[in-house]
Amino acid sequence: MYLGRVVGCVWSTAKDSRLEGMRMLVVQPLTPELENTGKRIICADCTGAGAGEIIYWVRGKEASFAFLPAEPPVDTTIVGIVDSVHLKRPAKNRGRKANSC
Amino acid sequence: MILARVVGTVVATRKDPRLEGKKLLILKPVSPDGKDEAGYVVSVDTVSAGYRERVIAVAGSSARMAEGCKDTPVDSAIVGIVDEVHLD
Repeated sequence: MYLGRVVGCVWSTAKDSRLEGMRMLVVQPLTPELENTGKRIICADCTGAGAGEIIYWVRGKEASFAFLPAEPPVDTTIVGIVDSVHLKRPAKNRGRKANSC
Repeated sequence: MILARVVGTVVATRKDPRLEGKKLLILKPVSPDGKDEAGYVVSVDTVSAGYRERVIAVAGSSARMAEGCKDTPVDSAIVGIVDEVHLD
């Protein structure tokens, strides 16, 4: 799973019948430091995420499992809305030896 | 999924029999603000997309979930025609 930010949405009328009623959002992938990384992608949404929210998304066949028992043709799905991200600083920056234990 | 623009078609006579009757299109990936991105992809069309239309393409094994692509050797399928992209 990857972090991302919702930056827009996509409208489509002619689409696969199993995509009907599904929200398609434009997502900018983020690093754990919440900086933009990589190309923006289109994600299906099963969480009700809104504009500007930080989310996590899943890629691949598993993306369609979020909508079981239907298996719509989606390869990226937003599966959670992020409340907060905590990052531990790398060991070398804490003034300790990495292999001290 | 990615946004892409239809830039051409592919004609193939000798192919896997499960691909017979499927329309193959050449897609150029585009960014949400309309700029071309690198590379091209050949994709099976399941929604009757046309030349220069902006579409949503699904990649990988999920492409086999598209209409009529079950158990076919397909890793990219067009599953929607884009009306509008709204960027916040």
